[in-house]
Amino acid sequence: MWENLQILGTAPVFNIQLWLNGLTVGAVFALVAYGLALVWGVTSVKNLAQGDFVMMGGFVGYWLSRHGVHPLLAIVPVAIFMFGYGWLIYKLIIRRVIQLDLFTSLLATFGLAITMQQSLNLVFGPDVQTIQSGFGRYEMFGGMVDVTQIRLIAFGLCIVLAVAMVLFLKKSRLGQAIRATAQDPRAARVLGVNTDLVYAMTFSINAAICGAAGVIIAMIWVIQPFYGIAYSVRAFVIVTAAGLGNLPAVILTALGLGVVEQYSGFVLGAQFQQATVVSLLLIILVWRTLLLRRHRLALQ
Amino acid sequence: MTKRSLGLHLLLLAAGIAAPFLFPAHTVQFAVFWIFVLFALTWDTMGGQMGYNSLGNVVFFGFGMYVCAIVQIALVYNVGAYTASDGAIKIDFTNQQYFTGLALGVFLAAILPVILAAILSWILFGLRGPYFAIGTLGVAIAAAELTSAWSWVGGGAGIAMPVFPGGPGMRERFFYAACMIATILCYLFLRWLYSTRFSLAINAIRDDEDKAEALGVHTARYKMVAWSVSAFFLGIAGALFGNMTGFIEPLETAYPTLTFGIFMIAMTLLGGKGTLWGPIVGATLFYTLRELTWTYLLGWQYIALGVLIIVTVVYFQQGIMGWVRAQKPGWFGVHVDAEPAKALKTDSSS
Repeated sequence: MWENLQILGTAPVFNIQLWLNGLTVGAVFALVAYGLALVWGVTSVKNLAQGDFVMMGGFVGYWLSRHGVHPLLAIVPVAIFMFGYGWLIYKLIIRRVIQLDLFTSLLATFGLAITMQQSLNLVFGPDVQTIQSGFGRYEMFGGMVDVTQIRLIAFGLCIVLAVAMVLFLKKSRLGQAIRATAQDPRAARVLGVNTDLVYAMTFSINAAICGAAGVIIAMIWVIQPFYGIAYSVRAFVIVTAAGLGNLPAVILTALGLGVVEQYSGFVLGAQFQQATVVSLLLIILVWRTLLLRRHRLALQ
Repeated sequence: MTKRSLGLHLLLLAAGIAAPFLFPAHTVQFAVFWIFVLFALTWDTMGGQMGYNSLGNVVFFGFGMYVCAIVQIALVYNVGAYTASDGAIKIDFTNQQYFTGLALGVFLAAILPVILAAILSWILFGLRGPYFAIGTLGVAIAAAELTSAWSWVGGGAGIAMPVFPGGPGMRERFFYAACMIATILCYLFLRWLYSTRFSLAINAIRDDEDKAEALGVHTARYKMVAWSVSAFFLGIAGALFGNMTGFIEPLETAYPTLTFGIFMIAMTLLGGKGTLWGPIVGATLFYTLRELTWTYLLGWQYIALGVLIIVTVVYFQQGIMGWVRAQKPGWFGVHVDAEPAKALKTDSSS
């Protein structure tokens, strides 16, 4: 551990490498977390199957690319497919748990997560997969730092998707209906918004975003049927830390999480990467509790 | 206790004693069944009676398992050297050494998880609702990850448990009896506990924590005690389960969040949460289903599990006991007038 820290001290360019890797991965985390925050805010369903949607999108993209579709183009059919899948899941499961207590939605989506990861395991096998995108790499600082072109493209794509989402929510009629429902579902219904449709669209859009994020993850990193839970936990870390409906905070936290993970992977070793994410989640939850406690004391 | 309920208890007890003699090949399965009943009962104390849905109760199970294993080994050997050898070192325990170690191990496996529960409750009970569930899930995952990285306790490679000294078939029967006794003690204790003020207090916490607090219920204390009760029995269960399997490792045996951790909840919800017998009925049905799917649907068993969870949660909220209670309220001492209007009329005339 100390040797690794010394490497960082003596060769500062490694820091640049870690930052580059962290930021590009963090951009994908931001997409996933934003989808989670959207569904959480609008339907109050906490989707524990979020990461498995990502993995499913990644595997569908992997399957398409094996059949000759260029992975960057595969994002579009994957998003459409995942949109349909999200719609189906909404009609079968989510619609019935919105009215019930919060733990029910958590448990139902957890059951969904188990079913999805096992189905992926049966169809694609338990191996770690990646999509070959066929792009080259840039080298900097005399080969000390290298960044694959696909990482930069993915980073750009994440920005495009995020901007498109924001514009959609601000400008389009449906986006406004979604925001109105998030603020007050009853008032929205009174004013003629079809809230059931809004819920369905929100959940399906989230599934589509996750699918796109999955293809990007498969191109810049790896996918595996059981890695989904890690993405769900990351998304929860980001959303609980940043708060709902605060897009700049979500993006900053996601990028930060990406960088922190890279550093902990480098300094502590790769086997601690998941432990780091989970510990961060606990720290944030406890920190929030302490804040609340202080708030309560101040009120008394 | 009425005569009929006493008869039912004695009948089940007789079935429990007879099972390993009637089907000696399945003794271990029966023992695991008792552990599953214990899982559901202890989860219901928190999730059903108190309304705090923990996704990480399995942490006490694994902690108890590791405490017991380390105590058993440490009594006769150097733990670090034993785990580093990856099972190459075989220690021959004498009868006395083995049973002393086991007794002390089970004792500490019950006590230390209670202390852990007290510490965790101080940290986690500030979280409410889904945050509590996610927080406990995080604790369970973190425990598994940290144990895998800690080489003194064997890391991801695990620990080979001491070998039971008795003859063939004795090991299974011994641990069957131990698991059954532990579960029955757990049942009797909870039965007594639910008949005291304690159950009223934790039910009040479930229904409205703020109001309960306003009425003078020490919510923090009650929550801590409820979790400690769960931890106590789960720790014992972990110690027995570890010795019964003979080999323990963090991800699949000790902290299996995605299997045992979820089974606890699925069983309780299936049987009907918030009742004493719901978890037992749920565990029986679930365990039978699990054995069938694990035998006949291998490869699909987790898909079946996921679908079972979804269907139970989404379409069958009240569970079996809740359903029975709605159908036959008389069995639960709830008297419903079949013709309320007629009853009213006779009331006014008299």
